[in-house]
Amino acid sequence: MIAIVDYGVGNLFSLRSSLEYIGKKAVVTSDAEEMRRCDRIILPGVGAFGDAVEKLRKSGMDEVVKAEAAEGKPLLGICLGMQLLFEKSYEYGEHDGLGLIAGSVKPIAPMIGEGLKVPHIGWNGLEFPKGRERSRLYRYINEGDCVYFVHSYAAVDCGQDVTATAGYGVPLTASVERGNVYGVQYHPEKSGETGLRILRAFCE
Amino acid sequence: MITKRIIPCLDVRDGRVVKGVNFEGLADVSSPVELGKYYSAHGADELVFYDITASAEGRGLFTDILREVARNIFIPLTVGGGINTLEDFDRVLKCGADKVSVNSGAIRNPRLVADAAKKYGDQCVVLSTDVKRVDGRFMVFARGGRENTGMDALEWISRCEKMGAGEIVVNSIDTDGVKKGFDLELLEAVCGRVSVPVIASGGAGCIEDFVTLFQRLPGVDAGLAASIFHFGEVKIEDLKATLAEKGIVVRK
Repeated sequence: MIAIVDYGVGNLFSLRSSLEYIGKKAVVTSDAEEMRRCDRIILPGVGAFGDAVEKLRKSGMDEVVKAEAAEGKPLLGICLGMQLLFEKSYEYGEHDGLGLIAGSVKPIAPMIGEGLKVPHIGWNGLEFPKGRERSRLYRYINEGDCVYFVHSYAAVDCGQDVTATAGYGVPLTASVERGNVYGVQYHPEKSGETGLRILRAFCE
Repeated sequence: MITKRIIPCLDVRDGRVVKGVNFEGLADVSSPVELGKYYSAHGADELVFYDITASAEGRGLFTDILREVARNIFIPLTVGGGINTLEDFDRVLKCGADKVSVNSGAIRNPRLVADAAKKYGDQCVVLSTDVKRVDGRFMVFARGGRENTGMDALEWISRCEKMGAGEIVVNSIDTDGVKKGFDLELLEAVCGRVSVPVIASGGAGCIEDFVTLFQRLPGVDAGLAASIFHFGEVKIEDLKATLAEKGIVVRK
């Protein structure tokens, strides 16, 4: 059973449907006990970082997610859920994240140069960094396969934890991984067959 | 590199796709779920569903079918038609829509764009606008293109962008249905004014029209069409293969 963390942020319909579609049982929950019983956790999220992290703290879910991740349970953050895994975000001020992965979240506008639109929205191909073993999330897909992005902020200074980038003026961090903690900036639940394969790889 | 998007648009009345569509292997040619699956499997980057139902009963059927579509198709879904209030946003988002397209509802109440962007985020709000030349000026038309609102289209689009519209669908009434290509003059003017994604609509008649669109106007992010896809005049796979040959980056 996969726990989709419900802390009042975002629309979880598609995520739950996509897991059902690949034959995985998922429960949308804000119950600590239930999350402990599940064997995997997905942290979703859309909207603004500050608001989301506050809701996560208020619901007490932040401590549960951290504790479960520390126990070795596979955790996948999606989009804003991925950004929450980092130490800090500079979206409208400065906010502390969960600190499960080193790095911070910054606006993409100054990184990408002129002539490119913000948000980075649409389908973009995944590039795997050289000299790093391919992430297990990507064992059913190929380099260059496209996934769907919608974001105006991106993770930086993540060092060796970057498992894929997407070219948008510069290589933007598309996914990260540290041990059992995974984060994807794109929306696998909206990325067609490629996205379903990535979710399947996480669930196995 | 970010790819150019190809978006088929489906009109839905009382939960069924309007206009007979005849694809090989499709059992039910007016089922939004079947058609959505077909397009998703054959290269569509996104789907737009327009609810053209007038009755409350039909609207209920639409949300039921939308839920069914979203359970089976995992590419971005945009929903439009009959979006007049935040409750309408809520209704379709809960059923699995990712973006909501507003047109007449925003003309009647421009605050809708700002309120929705604040509540759901800019990325969720798509401004769709029908534009026609009147005495050499681009004007916004309402009621399915029948009524001149008297508003300048470029000003209207800029205003909606400032209020938080995250994407702009520009539908040219002058070229719509003529099948002689997109309205490049209008689209160029829009691209010069806004910095959010611009989706071209109205006028595509063949593959070459999309090539011209993306080559001439690199600022256009996506091409939207209905009948040429539905009637099989243009297959999305062929279209994308040609675009790729011409050096335009598309998703395979």
